[in-house]
Amino acid sequence: MSETSSSSSTRLSVFKTYKLYVGGKFPRSESGRVYEVSDSKGKWLANAPLSSRKDARDAVVAARKAFGGWSGATAYNRGQILYRVAEMLEGRREQFVREVADAEGLSKSKAGAVVDAAIDRWVWYAGWTDKIAQIVGGANPVAGPYFNLSTPEPTGVVTVVAPQESSFLGLVSVIAPVIATGNTAVVIASEKAPLPALSLGEVLATSDLPGGVVNILSGKAAEMGPHLAAHQDVNAIDLAGADSVLATELEIAAADNLKRVLRPGAADWSADPGTHRMTAFLETKTVWHPTGSLGASGSAY
Amino acid sequence: MPTNAPAALADATASDAALRRFLHGLPGIDPVGLEARAASLGTRSIKTTAKAYAIDLAISMIDLTTLEGADTPGKVRALAAKAVHPDPLDRTTPATAAVCVYPDMVATAKEALKGSDVKVASVATAFPAGRAALPVKLADVRDAVAAGADEIDMVIDRGAFLAGHYLKVYEEIAAVKAECGDKARLKVIFETGELSTYDNIRRASWLGMMGGADFIKTSTGKVAVNATPPNTLVLLEAVRDYRAQTGVQVGVKPAGGIRSTKDAIKFLVLVNETVGEDWLDNHWFRFGASSLLNDLLMQRQKLATGRYSGPDYVTVD
Repeated sequence: MSETSSSSSTRLSVFKTYKLYVGGKFPRSESGRVYEVSDSKGKWLANAPLSSRKDARDAVVAARKAFGGWSGATAYNRGQILYRVAEMLEGRREQFVREVADAEGLSKSKAGAVVDAAIDRWVWYAGWTDKIAQIVGGANPVAGPYFNLSTPEPTGVVTVVAPQESSFLGLVSVIAPVIATGNTAVVIASEKAPLPALSLGEVLATSDLPGGVVNILSGKAAEMGPHLAAHQDVNAIDLAGADSVLATELEIAAADNLKRVLRPGAADWSADPGTHRMTAFLETKTVWHPTGSLGASGSAY
Repeated sequence: MPTNAPAALADATASDAALRRFLHGLPGIDPVGLEARAASLGTRSIKTTAKAYAIDLAISMIDLTTLEGADTPGKVRALAAKAVHPDPLDRTTPATAAVCVYPDMVATAKEALKGSDVKVASVATAFPAGRAALPVKLADVRDAVAAGADEIDMVIDRGAFLAGHYLKVYEEIAAVKAECGDKARLKVIFETGELSTYDNIRRASWLGMMGGADFIKTSTGKVAVNATPPNTLVLLEAVRDYRAQTGVQVGVKPAGGIRSTKDAIKFLVLVNETVGEDWLDNHWFRFGASSLLNDLLMQRQKLATGRYSGPDYVTVD
């Protein structure tokens, strides 16, 4: 058998098994279900896990477990890790360009621009981690011998219904602001184009991001959403990818434990994102601190 | 020498040699088969009404435990309050079986549980290591019983057991049993994680029961390997065989490492399939646990409301 003939013969395709990203691991759906994902022209691309409510629950447990460490990490450290995500994405740019082109029916060059914008978005949010406190926190003037300081604190576990159409730039634009401030996320990827999201999980797993900070589920938002919205251990929900009927249903379900709800808005993901996605999932902690004894001449300083 | 072994087994405890012959004559355990059996019983799917029943049963079987050097009277009182009303928002939640504390906290627990059916269990005999002279161990037990403990959890002398001094272990158990008298039920802890083999666990089980144990218990919760389905299955088979041979029923208590509702339900399946319904009662089966209760309560809330609950809705221990 000659080497040349075997290498010129058609090579068997190595199909990728797309899996969920939960708690830093890559499980299949607990239910064992998958669904077919096709490109914009209807050609089959891969099977993606069809997550069940049990997977969603496991993801919340993982996100809660990761919250202490991630919210307690220094802002500087979180910034480094988010920047590292951008570095890792850059190295796998070709793969994402291909997946985005397939998922959204874009040309190679347009898909390349989308991926570049997504990478830049990570860098942009990486820069915000140690600056957001200066923007939304501060010293408050009070009528007494106290320092009165307000600082932003992460809300907790945030469920994110990722945008349906913008499978990658939109996805990054909703995940990064949630975790930049120290929240942990349970993300329901775009139902018809989940592959870039599932591949993003592989990038996050190799970016020093602690397991459980981001958990990515593929499947039906209408199936998992109500359970996550009603979940007593989820603190906020971002409805970016929910249609108006589902958004209303989820907002009602979320009312019971006073979840923060970010309603779906106009979705131009290429525009300047602003800080509102970060501030939506922040709470304000205010502390009073005595300034020390005041001498007869006024301040002790 | 006190003897608690039933007549049928009296010969076995006549001498060290006879006891060794008897214990080593017990049928050997096939570890692969045992683990496969325990694993297969763990695959049952228990849902809806059966799950609700299992959760309530499991709550009622918990020995709510705090065995820390840092235990304070306040913590013991808080634990007692939780034992009586595990879920203050839902008074249909059953109380736990007992609270389990160190001997010096028995009086505090007893006072806090006055008027309820929740029992006070106390570890004793130089728990958890058991490395003290017999008179010291007996004094420990006497103290706890005098303070009002309803149940005594003793540890066996693993050193003596592993060295083959079975009669010494037997006599110690019998002496502690005599100290408990009819005031307290005796649970004998084997610390299965330190016994190396399943055969040893079976021998220890028989030794404990012959010594007069009212309960046999897997572990202290203080070592790396605590209650597992296979080692609990060995205990369950031992109490089943013991009752068949002597007519005496002995309880079982797995302790340590059981943290989730799913795990607890696996143990209940194990009980039902091995020894049957006679043991599905908190007089005969207990869980030694602390964090398990919160998970059971969260699952209970989920069944009641349809919403997944979270740790914000149960107490912080």
